[in-house]
Amino acid sequence: MATYKLQINGRTYQTEAEPDTPLLWVLRDNLGLVGTKYGCGISACGACTVHVNGQAIRSCTYPVAAVGTSKVTTIEGLSAKGDHPVQQAWDEVDVAQCGYCQAGQIMTAAAFLKTNPKPSAEEIENAMHGNICRCGAYHRIKEAVKLASTKI
Amino acid sequence: MASTTSRRDFLKMTATVGGGLLLGFHWLEAEAEASVFNAALSGTGAEFNSYLSISSDNVITIFSPNPELGQNIMTSFPMIVAEELEADWTKVKVLQAPLDTKRFERQVTGGSGAVPHSWKRLRTAGATAKQMLVQAAAKRWNVSDTECKAEMGVVTHLASGRKLSYGELAADAAALPAPQDVKLKDRKDFKLIGKIVKNVENHNIHTGKPLYGLDYSKPGMLFAMIQRPLAFGKKLKSVDSTAAKSMPGIVDVVKFKNNVAVVGKSTWQVMKARKALKLEYEDDRAIESSADHDRIFSELMDGDKATVRRKDGDVNAAFQSAAKVIKAEYQCPFLPHNPMEPMNFFAHVREDGVELVGPSQTPGSARAETAKLLGIPEDKITLELTRLGGGFGRRLMTDYVVEAAELSSIIKAPVKVIWSREDDMAGGYYRPAVRYRFEAALDDKGNMIGYKLRGVGINAGNPTRENNFPSGAVDNLLIESVDHRSPISTAPFRAPITNFLAFAEQAFLDEVAQAAGKDPVQFRLDLLQRAKSNPVGAIRYNPDRMIGVINLAAEKSGWGQKKDVAQGFSVYFSHASYVAQVAEVEMKNKKPSVKKIYAATDCGEVINLSGARQQVLGGIVDGLGHAMYSYLTFKDGAAEQNNFHKYRLIRMKEVPEIEAHFVDNGIEPTGLGEPSLPPTGGAVANAIFKATGKRIRNQPFINDEVFKVKSV
Ligand code: FES
Ligand code: FES
Repeated sequence: MATYKLQINGRTYQTEAEPDTPLLWVLRDNLGLVGTKYGCGISACGACTVHVNGQAIRSCTYPVAAVGTSKVTTIEGLSAKGDHPVQQAWDEVDVAQCGYCQAGQIMTAAAFLKTNPKPSAEEIENAMHGNICRCGAYHRIKEAVKLASTKI
Repeated sequence: MASTTSRRDFLKMTATVGGGLLLGFHWLEAEAEASVFNAALSGTGAEFNSYLSISSDNVITIFSPNPELGQNIMTSFPMIVAEELEADWTKVKVLQAPLDTKRFERQVTGGSGAVPHSWKRLRTAGATAKQMLVQAAAKRWNVSDTECKAEMGVVTHLASGRKLSYGELAADAAALPAPQDVKLKDRKDFKLIGKIVKNVENHNIHTGKPLYGLDYSKPGMLFAMIQRPLAFGKKLKSVDSTAAKSMPGIVDVVKFKNNVAVVGKSTWQVMKARKALKLEYEDDRAIESSADHDRIFSELMDGDKATVRRKDGDVNAAFQSAAKVIKAEYQCPFLPHNPMEPMNFFAHVREDGVELVGPSQTPGSARAETAKLLGIPEDKITLELTRLGGGFGRRLMTDYVVEAAELSSIIKAPVKVIWSREDDMAGGYYRPAVRYRFEAALDDKGNMIGYKLRGVGINAGNPTRENNFPSGAVDNLLIESVDHRSPISTAPFRAPITNFLAFAEQAFLDEVAQAAGKDPVQFRLDLLQRAKSNPVGAIRYNPDRMIGVINLAAEKSGWGQKKDVAQGFSVYFSHASYVAQVAEVEMKNKKPSVKKIYAATDCGEVINLSGARQQVLGGIVDGLGHAMYSYLTFKDGAAEQNNFHKYRLIRMKEVPEIEAHFVDNGIEPTGLGEPSLPPTGGAVANAIFKATGKRIRNQPFINDEVFKVKSV
């Protein structure tokens, strides 16, 4: 066990974990930030996507020991009121079915739009291709990313 | 008088109105003060006990009793109540109700049956409440209730313009006897039903609120994972848990049945310790591989034992007199359901009762099974429903609930049992694998005079739908099935059976139409005319509704009029609804690529246009993805694919454009969570044939040679 001071959503959290513990489980089990989801545990679905220093990463394979002083943003901290342009677009397009994958989709889209604020349809598809939605909400995810790009 | 209307009378009256539905307000008791605030909203922790309540400050709380797994029931059920209630939708709060069989009926998500089952009840619930609010207002103004109108949560006296809000009237209205035979709205006056209404849980989903079973926790709760046998047909021989037990955070390792549960303080610690278990298994039942299944399919297909499901006329004579006989076999693999949220459930078995929390499509059976296992009465068990991160039929099973309860009873502690993706994919339940043999006899004019189907399944039960189309349209018909009992467990999968039967049948009918020299759409329409005017035997479908969607899909897609794209047609009846689809395929790098799918759906009244479109699109993506890419094979009883790196689910780039159209006929709603899935595989296979001249008869399509062509 080691003690970690983590910068998450603009706050400092102190917690104990074994160094190899994936950030996902530290967020969920230690800190109660359960918006970040477990889907596969092997970086293959995108449900666990969070931002580390603004970059989208798969927290299910990202050991807590690697976080250091990096700034972590989870779905809970993407915006104070849930009104980040991507969250707004997701609501307007009414994307979610079961909703389980959507935190990961939103975090992937938000990081992507920061690097590419006016993407083409093809760029959106490439950026979102790694995130599985078992409910098949892909059309609306695509539409919402497009809409969000007009709000950023 | 008014204040003495007892709760029991109220229930009795509403029962007759709602056919057993416990509508009504949350009348705490007659002496309750004007505020009839819902408990959950006020946070006092009182019980849920009805469909709807109204607070003195106009908040209308509607409880959604059915499990929500993405079919959007938490939005569409309350919409139906609010429509008749004339509520202001912006003031409606929706809450998930716990399992309560005394107050709600059919708290099940499955069979696309929720809206059809509850449509009248929910409308009556809303209309009755509205009528009581109007009466309360009329009484206060000393006017006749026919002079008053309810709209947007306010009752207005039309002549004087006086107004009272529902909140101001709620307590009075409560004391009135519930009226009988309330009038329901004319559909032309609907303000919510049929419109686009956004998911009531959007904000919670978009901000990562704890909604799902896996998110649930409570103080003192332990985490557990269970090592189940790694192959079907094996049983646990021995376990050495010494190393696992000594690992950090591990509280206990317990063995029950064929399971070894590792219990600890966090998910990761449990996951790691589990790898340190030393396990030995031995053969218990047949150990089967996919190669065995292929052999079994062939044997049973040609064997002389089969259950006759339907027999019309004289098939042997028809086939003997036929000018042409068409025969083909189709096969579909096992599939895991793979809801994005893996299985999980929380259980706390105490001396005085049991607490269960989690995602279930059938909370009633989960509780009944738990009661049976623990040997306690059901009323000692509470079951709280979380949102479900998908279900697809997997969560109709109760294994993962009962297992959590069993573990909690052994360790005497509150525990959440979590399945890894690997547990879920390799040790769960599957869509059964099936092989079909179809045979059709044509006379010299190309009329189908004989039709035979034999379905052979692995734990598939009856893999046919013997009273569906084309039964009723063919004079001589034989439908049979054979089932192989296997240790590999199977379960209903979204659109059970029809999710692959429809593909096989609709692709085969395309072959028959081709052999008959007929246009595939006209071929089906001719058969349906026969089924309509002079049906052979009993049929379950309505030929007119099927003709309706066929015509709509043909019209919207410009069927037969496009030169630059290959179109394929399919139509299917399931869950009392009708869906026709046209798929369009283009060649890209010498390989077929699905560009667009048109869907025409007749599900009667559409409740929520946004949710309805989602169900159609989702079902098509589900049907297309699984037909194209997904399969699970077995080697020595063990699944060979256990996570998304080996098992392919459809992703964004593989999804074609989809156009969803609905027949606007105002018929009572029929199912919508499933019916759009079955036709997709057939439409796509038929379009691929048009594009390549090659019939694909096995799923997944991606394993067919048309996709193995080297691109340029
Ligand atoms: S859970 Fe991390 S990518 Fe699937
Ligand atoms: S909305 Fe259910 S998995 Fe994406």
